[in-house]
Amino acid sequence: METFLNIDYPTWWFLVMGGVFTGYAILDGFDLGAGALHLFFRKEQSRRIALNAIGPVWDGNEVWLVIGAGVLFAGFPKVYASVFSAFYLPFMLFLMMIILRAISIEFRSKEPMAWWRRMWDVSYSLSSATLGFLLGLILGNLLQGIPIDKEGNFTGHWLYFLNPYAIMVGITTLALFMMHGAIYLVMKTEDRLYAKLTILVRNTTIFFSLCVILLTMYTLIYIPQLTNTIRENQWLFLIPALMVLAVANITRQITKRRYIYAFVSSGVTLALLLILVAVELYPSIVVSTLDPAYTLTVYNSAASTKSLGIMLTFAAIGVPLVAIYTTFVFWTFKGKVKLDEASY
Amino acid sequence: MDVEILSRIQFAFTIAFHYIYPPLSIGLGLVLVIMEGTYLRTGNKLYEDLTRFFIKIFALIFGIGVATGIVMEFEFGTNWATYSRYVGDVFGSALAAEGIFAFALESGFLGILLFGWNKVSPRVHFFSTVMVFLGSMFSAIWIVVANSWQQTPAGYHIVGEGMEARAEITDFWAMVFNPSSVERILHVWVGAFIAGAFLVLSISAYYLLRHKHVEFAKAAFKIALVVTTASSVLQLFLGHLSAEVVAEHQPAKLAAMEGHFEASAPADMYLFGYIDKEKQRTVGLAIPGGLSFLTHQDFETPITGLNAFKPEDRPGSLNIVFQTYHLMIAIGMFLIALTLFACYLWWKGKLFQQRWLLHLFMWGVILPQLANQAGWFAAETGRQPWVVYGHLRTSDALSKAVTAEQVLSSLIMFAFIYTLLFALFIYLLNKKIQHGPYDKHDFEHNPLQESMAAQLGSK
Repeated sequence: METFLNIDYPTWWFLVMGGVFTGYAILDGFDLGAGALHLFFRKEQSRRIALNAIGPVWDGNEVWLVIGAGVLFAGFPKVYASVFSAFYLPFMLFLMMIILRAISIEFRSKEPMAWWRRMWDVSYSLSSATLGFLLGLILGNLLQGIPIDKEGNFTGHWLYFLNPYAIMVGITTLALFMMHGAIYLVMKTEDRLYAKLTILVRNTTIFFSLCVILLTMYTLIYIPQLTNTIRENQWLFLIPALMVLAVANITRQITKRRYIYAFVSSGVTLALLLILVAVELYPSIVVSTLDPAYTLTVYNSAASTKSLGIMLTFAAIGVPLVAIYTTFVFWTFKGKVKLDEASY
Repeated sequence: MDVEILSRIQFAFTIAFHYIYPPLSIGLGLVLVIMEGTYLRTGNKLYEDLTRFFIKIFALIFGIGVATGIVMEFEFGTNWATYSRYVGDVFGSALAAEGIFAFALESGFLGILLFGWNKVSPRVHFFSTVMVFLGSMFSAIWIVVANSWQQTPAGYHIVGEGMEARAEITDFWAMVFNPSSVERILHVWVGAFIAGAFLVLSISAYYLLRHKHVEFAKAAFKIALVVTTASSVLQLFLGHLSAEVVAEHQPAKLAAMEGHFEASAPADMYLFGYIDKEKQRTVGLAIPGGLSFLTHQDFETPITGLNAFKPEDRPGSLNIVFQTYHLMIAIGMFLIALTLFACYLWWKGKLFQQRWLLHLFMWGVILPQLANQAGWFAAETGRQPWVVYGHLRTSDALSKAVTAEQVLSSLIMFAFIYTLLFALFIYLLNKKIQHGPYDKHDFEHNPLQESMAAQLGSK
């Protein structure tokens, strides 16, 4: 098999995919989280500021999702086909919510009536929360493994995705996004909303920590095989240890009012969680609960070596470009939100 | 209804809805490059105003294009899992190239286009406009390459058998430049130029009819008219090139386009008509031997007809192929006549004096949209029963794990949410058009009379 720096192509592509998904989770994570918190703000002015804090960037954040799905389809077509058709309804709901959310953001500010704005506030917030939850729900199902047959076709019940473990991962993901979003907003706001947000940051951090503790216990008791890799390679305990430090650092930086560092810390928390997932799953991507032989791994589900080689070249050129653009846009809009005529 | 027909309806519905927007982006992108380029060359403020206004329209269209594009990207996996496994190697790499290069380029520079007016120099801004336009053109390349590969596969070999079979790339460039790629990309690009430029014509005609922003609208109209006229005439030849590729590589599709049944006989070209599938004949007004002449420059050369193919290898919906194909051509011809006539009036110095013509241009924005949609319907229904021509049948390409009930419920959800999305689009587009190119308080940019009127009004 072709390698580059002693790492084979499918593994490289797995790393590229992981990088893009992590980028997506960190970026869209805060704007979904901010959306999920939206109804906690009571005043019209607060809601407008909160909405405009994500105004110039939320659309760009979704670009990472487009690239992520393309990367999955191109590199691991069998995983793409099996997962997307297995979770037909959650994915369809996901698409609806993405569009409904965009509609809500755009429509809200266009008319002044209170009922109009309240209606779109509710749909904006609910769609944001649902999106975060669904992402976690699908991740939770993948962590547990799903019943796929020899050809990679899902054989479970159509409501299979709503199992307790997946729901728990969904709630944890939502909690994580809410914490991440609250920190982003506190970085972007002033005065009363800011005061309210500092409380929200504390509460969401506590909520997220509780979720993670519960989830870890559940995993250790019911899905012990998910911790095999980490047991065999004890140095990997560094990952959860760093995560605990990152979460602790969020609280510390908030107290010191160094919000950018707090935001970086919650981003790091998110990245470490996904790294943990990748480490535990690799080389599998979709574990079959019917027969280990049906499991889709990076090797048996990858595109041809030739195709991967071409795409790795694309990625080496393209992904840094996307990163530069994203940095440029965030840099252009740095600082606290000021409402003006072009605002939502 | 079974899962196949429901999945096909859902895909057709979501892709047709999506395809309202990308052609507008491409065509508007070209017009923006011309407008801003003219501004840089002449320094005339009017052209900056034009650029600023149409960038706002562009952003709206681009946003909806992205949202509906994500749906397409997911649907291959959700509804067409077997297809996704089969073509992953080929289609996936084209889609990844599209995402990484074209789409990222487009969305990246769009930020500068929208928010960068006071942050970058005019030259850098113009460069960004060119990049956004090129990004949208590259997007079209990769998507049409992927689709053309389904029509005329090349540069691959089949690995595995039965349900395990899949296409793997053997020659990337042969895959990219498969026999129909170049002709179809050109055809799609120029169709997009017409759609985007016609939106500018339509908005300008609306302003002119209401005597609003007259100088602005005249300048926009002239630029867009040049683009539309040149593109419409060019499209006649590019369309013919595409048809020749169909004749060579997809004879069953060509036969369905003209309703030609006899296995081997000279074929007529219909101006309009109707296919009677039961009696295996086509009724309508035809030029005898016309299709033979267009394909082989000879009225007598036989053309392979539908009867040369086994019934299960013929396109199922013959009348959809036939009617959409003829609708596309009819609109194309009409647009050539309309734009040439408008250019003649321009030459005579009477372009903006005909109110009926301005009305026609205002409402005519629907025509290139219909033609683009019809063309794709002809191309895709004409490819049936294959999803990958000659290799994978549409009925074999479905997701095995998905049931008809699930697809029906998602189809209903899409119908609901896209109605809402379309309402939003029309609402926002109308709002931007009504607002016009100038802010009310913006005296510097306002034409003199309007700013005087505003000042008088404020006293």
